[in-house]
Amino acid sequence: MTTNAPLELPGADAPTEADIYKCVHCGLCLQACPTYLELGLETESPRGRVALMKAVHGGRFGLTEGVVGHMELCLQCRACETACPSGVPFGRMMEATRAQITATTRRSLRARAVRFLVFRLLFPRLGLLRAGAWLLKLYQRSGVQWLVRELRVLKPIKSLDQLEQQLPRLPKFYRPPPSELVPAQGQATRRVAMLSGCVMPLVYGPVNEATVRVLARNGCDVLTPRAQGCCGSLHAHSGERDGARALARRNIDVFLETNPDAIIVNAAGCGATMKEYVELLEGDPAYRDKARRFSALVRDVTEFLAELPFEPPKKELSARVTYQDSCHLVHAQGIKDAPREVLRSIPGLRFVEMKASDTCCGAAGVYNVVHRDLANGILDQKMANVAAAQPDIIATANPGCMLQLEMGVRRMGLDARVAHVVELLDEAYG
Amino acid sequence: MATKTKRTSLIGALEGIVGAEFVLHTPEDMVVFEYDGSIGKSLPQVVVFPSTTEQVAQIVRLAYSVDVPIVPRGAGTGLSGGAVAVKGGIVVTLTRMNRILEIDPVNRQATVEPGVINLHLSEQAEPHGLYYVPDPSSQRVCTIGGNVAENSGGPHCLAYGVTTNHVLGLEVVLPDGEVVWLGGPLEDMPGYDLTGLFVGSEGTLGIVTKAIVKLYPIAESVRTLVAVYEEIDDASRAVSAIIASGVIPAALEMIDKVTIEAVVQAVDVEYPSDAGAVLLIEVDGLKEAVEQESEAVEAICRDLGAREIRVAETPEDRERLWAARKGALAALGRLAPNYYILDGVVPRSRLMDVLRRVGEICDRYDFRVANVFHAGDGNLHPNILFDERIPGQSERVLEAGAEIMQVCVEVGGTITGEHGVGLEKKGFMSLVFSPQDIAAMEKVRDAFSSVETFNPCKIFSTAKGCGEGWRVPTLPDLGPGSFL
Repeated sequence: MTTNAPLELPGADAPTEADIYKCVHCGLCLQACPTYLELGLETESPRGRVALMKAVHGGRFGLTEGVVGHMELCLQCRACETACPSGVPFGRMMEATRAQITATTRRSLRARAVRFLVFRLLFPRLGLLRAGAWLLKLYQRSGVQWLVRELRVLKPIKSLDQLEQQLPRLPKFYRPPPSELVPAQGQATRRVAMLSGCVMPLVYGPVNEATVRVLARNGCDVLTPRAQGCCGSLHAHSGERDGARALARRNIDVFLETNPDAIIVNAAGCGATMKEYVELLEGDPAYRDKARRFSALVRDVTEFLAELPFEPPKKELSARVTYQDSCHLVHAQGIKDAPREVLRSIPGLRFVEMKASDTCCGAAGVYNVVHRDLANGILDQKMANVAAAQPDIIATANPGCMLQLEMGVRRMGLDARVAHVVELLDEAYG
Repeated sequence: MATKTKRTSLIGALEGIVGAEFVLHTPEDMVVFEYDGSIGKSLPQVVVFPSTTEQVAQIVRLAYSVDVPIVPRGAGTGLSGGAVAVKGGIVVTLTRMNRILEIDPVNRQATVEPGVINLHLSEQAEPHGLYYVPDPSSQRVCTIGGNVAENSGGPHCLAYGVTTNHVLGLEVVLPDGEVVWLGGPLEDMPGYDLTGLFVGSEGTLGIVTKAIVKLYPIAESVRTLVAVYEEIDDASRAVSAIIASGVIPAALEMIDKVTIEAVVQAVDVEYPSDAGAVLLIEVDGLKEAVEQESEAVEAICRDLGAREIRVAETPEDRERLWAARKGALAALGRLAPNYYILDGVVPRSRLMDVLRRVGEICDRYDFRVANVFHAGDGNLHPNILFDERIPGQSERVLEAGAEIMQVCVEVGGTITGEHGVGLEKKGFMSLVFSPQDIAAMEKVRDAFSSVETFNPCKIFSTAKGCGEGWRVPTLPDLGPGSFL
């Protein structure tokens, strides 16, 4: 792998002056921001956060604890980008700000330990992540979890206890097809490479299986390159842009080598980051052009299907379905219609829009673990809108959203299941 | 606030009123409240978020007793610096008071708290077939309280009137902390029309804590059309002709070439980029009347040289056209880092002439100008594009603005239609009013407020310690910093 020395220096990333000065502080973003809606404080709004970036950029004060607090409370849902007529690229500004925080502030020992585990060990090495997931599954299946919950062992340590409650029940892990290539059903018209992801195969293996089947059904030879890794979105969002770059370079090499017609992603968060590799590697002469080629090939699975266009399913799926826009699909990738088009194509399915479907559910990567109370407030508001739509199925397009919505369903005691859009299409293909 | 101790005890007292989590005072947090949607900037010392009328009254009494400036604030989207704390002090943000207390569909009115978002009221009224008419471009985010303070307008105020025509009664906290009702639930309350006085008082007479507002029935039929012109002069002639014909459209908006350039980048809307100007026209009412009126409007537009007329075919089309109009101002951020928005009003018959002179003034100062405005009302919004980072530009943009205001007054117009006088226009009140006129207004203010600390230095430039007009401030450094 080529490394590019200057980029490895800490703090190379900062929000650019050009980006900062795109904000005309009109305030039209305020009501789009979940943290502003929840707290009502301008300090927790996009306009406020840009004002803070501007003040720091202008040298009026540094990245003080106060500034860092407001920056870290941002969900990075990017709903403000959709609302902004002025075109402020808030997502990349916040990523750069987080990188600055990483480079300039010293976190607590515990935070550093967790970050080392997550960003240096687990996600760069998916084998380790899988091993960790196995341990978790063992914990859940062996009866230890039952014992822990029955005996309230964790009750004295509140944060750990709550984390334990949030754990999803892990199903059978996704096994990539034994061959890297799953051939198209019938005549192959396209050759696509698929990202299997890091969380998706462990928590929602069936979504990956459904994605492969749906693509093959629609005339695609589906490659799942074995050497692929994590897309780096978690790193990019958490101020580890250099870590994200290393992962991006690996995926670019691995995927471009397969020479696909498209690179298919079924996790909106990953897709958004992969489409933005081109920005991430802008300063890397060795990868700039490759990143551009790579990003141009990336498609969300629903986007790809809508472009094809896909074969309409025949089997009836009699259910009332609502759709939660995944933020990184609707706001970061600007894709609103494609998943709805897929859902509406299913015979018998009654599609119903919920109120504020494009407002974040509060999952936001690990936000619901780090800022649990606020995330739960945001989730409760979301679930009230979900409940009003009275769905049998809540469809969405990202594993983080699925996890959060499942938790919301449990919290509210709703009788509804959560599914990825592509799973429903797969079911309707029969 | 002279001493640190005084500040600390003030913060303590405010925390006692609303709770510590709703009082902000660190330098970082104050930066986030130094601006609104205008070019005015100034740091408050403390920002407080009350949730009840009683808390507002306590805060006001506290400020009164220690003689500290106090500035009410809604969402901070104002365009004249009304919520900017020019003398520092306490900013009272009313966003937490955001309940719609009652919608009365029979009497077609609603009682709301000041922090209710303008659009939310219309959304809540919709099931009753009603809506709240005044629709500033910021209606998705701005508050009713702020609208009352600035007497805000909006595209649909042409036929239905601005905020003051839609407010029946107000509960307000006066500058000495007294809580009173002005007006009430009925149209014609006896005594002085203090509601009318209070609407548009720009936060200088007190703080609104409840408002009773009118709701209107949603029109049976609506038709939205876009007339495309090669030349802005022809569009201006069409505006005069439409109004002269006796038709009063629900909205009649002009969007010029520079604005189109910005808007098409921001919103998915098909405005031809080579057009000199477009008119966005809406006619509403009973189905038959709408058909007749829109035909009449179309005919006038064509007669006066419209090269093309497009009609919104679906509600989504209509929504897109309005999204483009309402996002137009902020979209100018795509052309320049700053804009100075003016708000002059001129007789419609002089539109063409004034627009030409606005162009000449901006040419002379070497600024680009974008015009997007309520043409039917003759309410201009020349937006002068500039870059505050270039030394001298912030000052020169104010000079150019002053010349434009003078032109507006010369032709028989005025300096503000709907944004308020606020900060940077207060030096121009004397263009419109005699010293005696202004003194009469000040007497009214003094009747409400014996102190000069209640949203000080707004509207009038005669108050002590405020300076004649308004200058662009240098923002204070608050300590060493900046990104790596």
